[in-house]
Amino acid sequence: MSEHAGKKLDRYLKDNASRAAEERKYGSARLRRWRGRAVSWLYLAPSLIGVGLFFVLPFGVVIYYSMINNPVQHEFVGLNNFIRTWQNNAFSLAARNTLLFSMIAVPLAVVLSLWLAVIMESRIPFKSTFRTFFLSPMMVPIASVILVWQVLFDYNGLVNVFLTRAGIDRIDWLKSDLAPIVIILLFLWKNLGYNMILFMSGLSSIPRDQIEVARLESATEGQIFWKIKIRYLSSTIMFVIIMSLINSFKVFREVYLLTGDYPYNSLYMMQHFMNNTFQSLDYQKLSAAAIIMAVFMMIVIGILLLAEDRFGKDLEQ
Amino acid sequence: MGLFKKKKNEISVETANKETVPAPKAEPVQKEKQAKKAKTAKKPEYREYDAISDRRKAERRQTVRRTIAAVFFAFMFLTPTVLTFTNSFMTASEISANYGSIFAQNTSGGKVFVSEVVNLKFIPDMVTFSQYATVLFKSPEYLMKFWNSVIYVVPIVIFQLFVASLASFGFARYRGKVKQLIFFLYIVLMLMPYQVTLVPNYMVTSELGIVGTRWAIWLPGIFSPFAVYMLTKYMRRIPYSLYEAASIDGAGEWQIFTQICMPICRGGLASIAILIFIDYWNMVEQPLILLDNEELYPLSVFLSRINAGEISLAFAVAVIYMVLPMLFFLYGEEYLVEGILYQGGIKE
Repeated sequence: MSEHAGKKLDRYLKDNASRAAEERKYGSARLRRWRGRAVSWLYLAPSLIGVGLFFVLPFGVVIYYSMINNPVQHEFVGLNNFIRTWQNNAFSLAARNTLLFSMIAVPLAVVLSLWLAVIMESRIPFKSTFRTFFLSPMMVPIASVILVWQVLFDYNGLVNVFLTRAGIDRIDWLKSDLAPIVIILLFLWKNLGYNMILFMSGLSSIPRDQIEVARLESATEGQIFWKIKIRYLSSTIMFVIIMSLINSFKVFREVYLLTGDYPYNSLYMMQHFMNNTFQSLDYQKLSAAAIIMAVFMMIVIGILLLAEDRFGKDLEQ
Repeated sequence: MGLFKKKKNEISVETANKETVPAPKAEPVQKEKQAKKAKTAKKPEYREYDAISDRRKAERRQTVRRTIAAVFFAFMFLTPTVLTFTNSFMTASEISANYGSIFAQNTSGGKVFVSEVVNLKFIPDMVTFSQYATVLFKSPEYLMKFWNSVIYVVPIVIFQLFVASLASFGFARYRGKVKQLIFFLYIVLMLMPYQVTLVPNYMVTSELGIVGTRWAIWLPGIFSPFAVYMLTKYMRRIPYSLYEAASIDGAGEWQIFTQICMPICRGGLASIAILIFIDYWNMVEQPLILLDNEELYPLSVFLSRINAGEISLAFAVAVIYMVLPMLFFLYGEEYLVEGILYQGGIKE
């Protein structure tokens, strides 16, 4: 027994000695940390190179193109292209529609998915089955989605059949001012499930004791939800907003396939504008539009991140 | 809706009955709870009990209401999937009879009966596998496209995850002002819609001389910032002390990465893999712009066009197209959910 302990001590001393030697060789903990920092850049390198080559460099090209008069002469024209784009009717229509769509669809997605998450959090039967069902739209191919949406919202479609049966005039959904509703429904249908799971996790990580205490202090369910749960969910809400924004731009693939190059005015989105300017080879206008959009996105995300930061700090106090 | 309402009432009546009949049995459980409260205030027991039972009743009613809402949403969410599946077993004439009024300009000849309005049918009059036979045996191009899709998606998923896990480790392990700025840039780049990045992407790929080859799809896919963002969010939740402990025990950065960070991130990796897979499995814009040879197009591009043409085949092709994501999905759902659960939790 004592022999064993002796061995242990021996090994410990050896370890210590070797660590001291190592420290002499590689330097102190501070130096090691510095080395670690340097190494962590190495880990970033592949991604940085790739992103630089395929995303940042192209963006530089875009900035360059936005400030020259045409790809042949390469004359510097300053902000002319931006002014030309800004005054373009198609651009302002597209910008207005896109903004409107995002401002309605994203908050709706947040609220509805949070509501679904609250439902799923309570004691209802077949939870996991419901969860699978809610996630299923993620894997349905676009083609089937479009097919179904056409079957539903075409002038001869199913929704109109029900409308006529109810004695209401038929509406040509995709060619009316109500068209954004159709697209918002499509967007919600595709994304609610994923957002819901994000919120479920957020809800499950709220400390139980806080809610218990609130309940003992006879707070109403509404108070508990608004004063406690929402506060804890702020970072999840941020994440859901970012994901919803990404996905709100992806929904244009469906819009495009549903309605083509020139949809009804209320559906003419930024992506239609970009697509059409690309096809007409007006790279200057396209680049200017892309940069205006990028700057706008940066501002929005910056504000969101700042808001999240403030909420988070508030919580820790 | 009328049907739903009726159901709701029935159930709530039922639960209300249940609540009143076995009430005395529930008492022992209640007493335990009351014991705690009894310390603070001594009220007549029956009144307290009544309040609790009322609350319970309300809770039950709420559960029923919520179940009905869940059923309603599940029904809405599932319909397109089920519809695609069952309609793939219909004959061509039945499909054009049902949907002819929408896709009328595309149906050939006036032989079939075309109803004036659309006819949504879930159960085919006659189950047939002829659509599948056409897709799988008579026109091999569909299988070719399917294979194309696989060739694009699999390397993108694997290598994007590889590049991203290295990068997110770099982001999560040591933080600094510069890295924070770069990370912000990644978020902005990730949020850019395809239409913004596609054209410059085309310019760069043509400079590199890979336009029209598979590399034009692979390379931008592999270096997409999406997985980096998701994984970094995931890795930041790993407590810093864990790294420190490993470091003090003499583990190098690579060892920390492969033996501590990666095993913890398994769930996140799986869920992100599924997201990337679905994203690229559905890609339409990139191949259309970056590839000029139609033989290299993936099935997704093909499917987005088939809509207009052979509507009867569309359902069968869509089902074949769904098989792979569905397998991934059913097999990986636990991971997906677990991964998303981690991403969505409070605190970074």
